[in-house]
Amino acid sequence: MKTTGIVTGITSNLVTVQVNGPVAQNEICYIDLAGTNLMAEVIKVTGDKAFVQVYESTRGMKKGDKVVFEGFMLEATLGPGLLSSSYDGLQNNLETMEGVFLKRGEYTAPLDDEKLWDFTPIAKVGDQVCASDWLGEVKEGWLPHKIMVPFAFEGEYVVKSIVEAGQYKINDTIAILTDENNEEKVVTMVQKWPVKVSVGGYVEKPRPSKIMETGVRCIDTLNPIAEGGTGFIPGPFGCGKTVLQHAIAQQGDAEIIVMAACGERANEVVEIFKEFPELVDPHTGRKLMERTTIICNTSNMPVAAREASVYTAMTICEYYRQMGMKVLLLADSTSRWAQALREMSNRMEELPGADAFPVDLSAIISNFYARAGVVKLRNGSTGSVTFIGTVSPAGGNLKEPVTESTKKAARCFYALAQARADKKRYPAVDPVDSYSKYLEYPEIVEYLQNRVDKDWVNKVNRAKTIIRRGKEVYEQINILGDDGVPISYHEMYWKSELIDFVILQQDAFDPIDSVTPMDRQEFMLSLVLNICDKSFTFETFEDCSAKFKEIINIMRQMNYSEFKSEQFNKYFEQVNKILSDE
Amino acid sequence: MSKAFKKIYTKLESITKATVSLKASGATNDELATVDNRLAQVVKIKDDLVTLQVFVGTEGIPTNAEVVFFGEPPALNVSDDLAGRFFNAYGEPIDNGPKVEGERRYIGGPSVNPYKREQPSQLIPTGIAGIDLNNTLVSGQKIPFFADPDQPYNQVMAQVALRADVDKIILGGMGLTNDDYLYFKSVFESAGALNKIISFVNTTEQPPVERLLIPDMALTAAEYFAADKNEKVLVLLTDMTLYADALCIVSNRMDQIPSKDSMPGSLYSDLAKIYEKAVQFPAGGSITIIAVTTLNDGDITHAIPDNTGYITEGQLFLRNDTDTGKVIIDPFRSLSRLKQLVIGKQTREDHNQVMNTGVRLYSDAANAKTKLENGFDLSDYDKRCLDYAKEYSTRLLAIDVNISLTEMLDTAWELFSKYFNKAELGIKDEFTSKYWKN
Repeated sequence: MKTTGIVTGITSNLVTVQVNGPVAQNEICYIDLAGTNLMAEVIKVTGDKAFVQVYESTRGMKKGDKVVFEGFMLEATLGPGLLSSSYDGLQNNLETMEGVFLKRGEYTAPLDDEKLWDFTPIAKVGDQVCASDWLGEVKEGWLPHKIMVPFAFEGEYVVKSIVEAGQYKINDTIAILTDENNEEKVVTMVQKWPVKVSVGGYVEKPRPSKIMETGVRCIDTLNPIAEGGTGFIPGPFGCGKTVLQHAIAQQGDAEIIVMAACGERANEVVEIFKEFPELVDPHTGRKLMERTTIICNTSNMPVAAREASVYTAMTICEYYRQMGMKVLLLADSTSRWAQALREMSNRMEELPGADAFPVDLSAIISNFYARAGVVKLRNGSTGSVTFIGTVSPAGGNLKEPVTESTKKAARCFYALAQARADKKRYPAVDPVDSYSKYLEYPEIVEYLQNRVDKDWVNKVNRAKTIIRRGKEVYEQINILGDDGVPISYHEMYWKSELIDFVILQQDAFDPIDSVTPMDRQEFMLSLVLNICDKSFTFETFEDCSAKFKEIINIMRQMNYSEFKSEQFNKYFEQVNKILSDE
Repeated sequence: MSKAFKKIYTKLESITKATVSLKASGATNDELATVDNRLAQVVKIKDDLVTLQVFVGTEGIPTNAEVVFFGEPPALNVSDDLAGRFFNAYGEPIDNGPKVEGERRYIGGPSVNPYKREQPSQLIPTGIAGIDLNNTLVSGQKIPFFADPDQPYNQVMAQVALRADVDKIILGGMGLTNDDYLYFKSVFESAGALNKIISFVNTTEQPPVERLLIPDMALTAAEYFAADKNEKVLVLLTDMTLYADALCIVSNRMDQIPSKDSMPGSLYSDLAKIYEKAVQFPAGGSITIIAVTTLNDGDITHAIPDNTGYITEGQLFLRNDTDTGKVIIDPFRSLSRLKQLVIGKQTREDHNQVMNTGVRLYSDAANAKTKLENGFDLSDYDKRCLDYAKEYSTRLLAIDVNISLTEMLDTAWELFSKYFNKAELGIKDEFTSKYWKN
């Protein structure tokens, strides 16, 4: 029998319920508001009072409204059909909702239970299996979607029966398993999992050893992110966080992309809805939407569901990871999630930490980032979840709790600089402050040597040194004046500008420049470094700047041309000519 | 509804500066009531105790004041009769006209399903190059002016509104001085545009907490015309800083723990709820929001502009250019996030590169100016940049410019050709060969 209760207090979306039976922390309940059932989650229990956060507006709720507790936590529904879907933070399908406006208490099924899928068995009768082992597969678009032993099954099982290849709906029985006590368990193509609990079912979680290519030069070349790695992008508004994230989503070398739009602008999500079905994945030639799931809880949607949205997204990622896939999760923005935690903590009258955020903010963030990683599955294949979150620091000041907590948890740091954005130097990733800890991993260095170039990491470090030196001499020039420093200082400065303009800056709206494959990045960096290695002789500092501006202009034209096309080679010749004339 | 059918109470348990609490049964969250004939709203229910926020303040309210519950949240009667009318924060006429009849709609209604939105795609020309050329506006966008209190933001906003090609203009005035209110009224009247304008106004003479209703009133009217009537609606909200100040007062009186700059922790969500009403509906109607956020001495790190910037699709930054004596749209700090949806698609192919190059050269001029101020010699390039900057500021950035987009692009090319050589521009060769002015 379900526990029930009645509403006794309301402060915004925090509701107090007097209960008549047992309730669990994080249990889901429904509040009956004049015939509409509103979903809520238990966040605190004191005596027979349960404090629940309601995922909807509580307008019109009154004392005495009836509540029914469901006996389970907030769960994600996992099965074929997740890809190309658009959900809200609670995994309601936004596409199948009626009307233009969201209706309170309208919940829609995440998966289509009428659709037929072509199932092919993998396991055989008599096989020993446990949670997350593959029983069969269906084609979800062009991706092999594995049907697994549900994650919630504990212990070992034997496959008693499995259906033959054929067409099935998600709720059809596809296998019957027996446990150690010979009890039968039915498996369908759909399973549920509580979003706040990380999915296990793997053998080990090794260190990341490969790079996830994004086609964005300031990431791939300077500070690459590992497959199964974590990174974050903090930046004041207007510095191009969203453009950068969309670029990574469009070009990232992953099989599955999950985008969590968490408390951000609706029009940005519309851009994804409208453009992804048209855009082509540069790695496979398929439509981007076919490998994408969108979890969308924009800033005007209920605040409590914002927190749920990032967990729902992560759970879907882990589900695909268990199929041996490369998954990339992008969350924009984790600060909004932290703010949702703050609003609730405030209503609960908890003692506040820094900037009124809850004191356990840091622990919550690092737990979440820890759910990313590479895993080795029982059948020997590997899967991975790579996670990149954005952070929106208040006032653009990186010394605030969310940025600081995230810095402890994430391995790559892509700092967006206001000064670069003001100068329209996009992407505005600061080349000096940003870092990738993965460049210190011996396995990653070795991978890059094989994948790109034997001397690659040295080249990258040389480029970084030139940029740093360039910044230093630029300050000197500003203090002492153009004439107050040797011409070699100007040369040093302009060499760093060359790297900035040709490698770091990238036009996200140009069809060619926006995506730079690794071989092209290697070619351009080597060319730029060759120029930097050359010592020039200039009469005046003005000659120096004029010469470099000329080179920069030609090399930017190269960036706009198809790699190694006639046009590209023409500009390449021009650069060589300038160099040989020197 | 007559009083006879409403619940009436006459015993208050407690009174603070902004709230009263009483024992009452059946009160619903968010519903309206009157306390001693002053409008109030239910903000908290705890067991039998109901807390009401009294909009005008609680001065002089006795413990035996009469409390009457209405049984419904704040609402507005919507119909075509709204057009041309002036209302207060409660949606009551202040122009001596008749009460508006129509469908009663609760304000602060539900959000649009993001999946059902249409992508904004229609350019809104304003004639101001600082906007059209560098920060193009698109219908369905939400964007504030960031301005110091001494800048002519209301004038610029009125100008933009009247030049924009829209069916309805809805003004939400929060803490307007009486002078500014009369200014808007007379500008709209003299433009002969009064019949497409609807105003909801709270002036500085009225209690600040009332302001909290203004944006929702204005946007409920906007949704009626945009969603029900498929019209293009432009909503003007001025001044959102005063709106946020009112939020701050309420949360403070409710004993909430303040976060940055003593603002409530929910400031982001509170502002987002308003701005996110900007939308392009699939049936053709749209709501565009242009707001004003006044700054304290240009400080955009304060919680109000900071949170606003994260919500809106860009910002238009007004600045006094001391070199030319003009008020300009600052090209560094201003941004229209939706401009890429129309630039080069509904405008000329060279728009994007001309825009970026123009701003980059202006930033080189700023560097040159720093050098000059530090007493260094200027290079020939620096001097050309400085000359360029003056002309660029006067002919393109100033808010008193009123030319077409093609003229703006041609002016930019004229300046490029006058002060620079082709290599210094870094623009794609195909554009330079086509538009360079000899």
